[in-house]
Amino acid sequence: MFRISGWSLIRLYTLLVYIFMFAPIVAVVILSFNPQQFGSFPMQGFSFQWYLKLVQNEAILSAFKNSLLLGSLTAVTVTAVAIPAAMAFVRYDFPGKNTLNTLLLTPIMIPEVVLGVALLLFIRWLQQPKSFLLLLMGHVVITLPYVLLVVQARLVGIKRVYEEAAMSLGANPLQTFKEITLPLLTPAVLAGMLFSFTISFDDVTATLFWATAQNQTVPVKIFGMLRNSISPEINALGTVMIVLTISTPLIAGYLIRKFARGGTIN
Amino acid sequence: MNQEPNHPMVQFKGVVKRFDKLVAVEKMDLDIARGSFVTLLGPSGCGKTTLLRMVAGLEQPTEGDIFIKGRRINDVPIHKRNLGMIFQNYALFPHKTIFDNVAFGLKYRKVAKSEVKARVEGALELVRLPGYGNRKPAQLSGGQQQRVALARAIVIQPDVLLMDEPLSALDENLREEMRREIDNLQQMLGVTTLFVTHDQREALSMSDKIVVMKDGRKQQEGSPEEVYNESANHFVADFLGHSNFLNGTVIGAEGDATRVRLENGGELLAASSQQWFPGDKVEAVVRAQKFQILSDLEVPASRDMNSFPGRIIERSYMGGEVSYFVEQRDKTVIHAMSMVRTRPFRRGEDVVLVVAARHCRLLPKT
Repeated sequence: MFRISGWSLIRLYTLLVYIFMFAPIVAVVILSFNPQQFGSFPMQGFSFQWYLKLVQNEAILSAFKNSLLLGSLTAVTVTAVAIPAAMAFVRYDFPGKNTLNTLLLTPIMIPEVVLGVALLLFIRWLQQPKSFLLLLMGHVVITLPYVLLVVQARLVGIKRVYEEAAMSLGANPLQTFKEITLPLLTPAVLAGMLFSFTISFDDVTATLFWATAQNQTVPVKIFGMLRNSISPEINALGTVMIVLTISTPLIAGYLIRKFARGGTIN
Repeated sequence: MNQEPNHPMVQFKGVVKRFDKLVAVEKMDLDIARGSFVTLLGPSGCGKTTLLRMVAGLEQPTEGDIFIKGRRINDVPIHKRNLGMIFQNYALFPHKTIFDNVAFGLKYRKVAKSEVKARVEGALELVRLPGYGNRKPAQLSGGQQQRVALARAIVIQPDVLLMDEPLSALDENLREEMRREIDNLQQMLGVTTLFVTHDQREALSMSDKIVVMKDGRKQQEGSPEEVYNESANHFVADFLGHSNFLNGTVIGAEGDATRVRLENGGELLAASSQQWFPGDKVEAVVRAQKFQILSDLEVPASRDMNSFPGRIIERSYMGGEVSYFVEQRDKTVIHAMSMVRTRPFRRGEDVVLVVAARHCRLLPKT
């Protein structure tokens, strides 16, 4: 008699979970090459026409530009804030340190809807219009905790003796930071930038509240398009998004490994 | 070469360091002479590292003043103190080449490029690592890394070389080699050195002066011979080498020596530079190495020899010498070490431990 062991059940279960998670994504990718207007299997033929349409769609192209610009600016701004903040939290003592640290990390725990509404209300209270700057501010708030955590973790791992040695040799605190701490921190800084870029590039919920007609991002645009119809163009756009969000960290990881040989610390 | 050569290189005056309520260093007064090799010796947590870090400027004294070349440096930031520092785990900058590591301190001293190259190469040669400039620290062994750290510290011609347990991360054989290397280099350069360790062998073999510390207090300060042979108190005698402590009461003087009645009923004759009076409670200190171990047939009858009959209950062979634990009739145990003889004694054998009066010292029993 065929016996069902516990392990084979777990394997089956895992397999089902993966299918459940990835099958829709795979379907999107496959259907993006479908020449028909209404996607159904089996596909009849293979074509790049939806990608071609995508490239010709001004609205989508401009959304793409917005997303890329917003993601890059978010990444730069966030690291510029996170590095000094992490230095302060890890290397120095000051009153209210823990409170401030927790405060900066809370956006992780607060639902994005709440964050979205809150920032809108805040802008309203300041009597400012919705703008690209607001969007940038929002994305910085959302991504800061992730970058802060990554940079802090790395900074804890960089032993103080390196800095102490540098200072004993005559480097002042600023020179020590530039020559020793920052170079040793670089992998975390790059990882943090990637994180923030990807999160910003992907975000829908909060961005829906903050985006205006002029500065829509790709995910928001897709959301808008879905309300009208399920155009196969969306499949193509989705595929592009998938490729971008997966390949960016992979490429960056490869580059970091390639350039940071011998830069290990322990 | 300096304007006021009469000042000690480093001077502590009433230095106290507290961390919150914990006292790390208590009222420290200490002079470190120019060109001398001074070791701070003590168990972990005795405040020796804190003291070193205060010289470096990595900690601020809570009270008291620290002077370098007669100048008070309490408020001088670390990067303006011109000190060379060696850390336990080398602390070479992992992202810089060996050359850049050694050249690091010269960069902030406005040294011309051509001179930087010459001085770095000179320093690397001094630590027997010529031609290693292009490597990264991770490509070097622990001993080599510590030698680079040494080169990095001496290339800036520091006023004081500070070493915080620089040998403890190395393995036994390398430690011995590195110890000699540091010693030679220090003698050659004549750089004032403050060395921190918990290892008595390092301290005894390298230092001009040893400062024994415990619980933030200075226990004794003196040459290696002084602290070893004339330990000031129980702690120092116990910390350095293997000492036996025998409690007793003074009976009276016998020439230069003092006769003591021990707690177990026996008597002991001890040389003593100090004046003792009958009835004084004392503690006789006898180093394990000072005992002669004889079988009970060959005991010499001499007035100034002390003998302790007993039975070997434990014996361990340690290469050059053998360590014996001898139990006396009253069950107290004496630790004796002796060079390996043609026939080592065995466990269970009856022996007599003999020690001359001049090898017995008396300390007041507190």
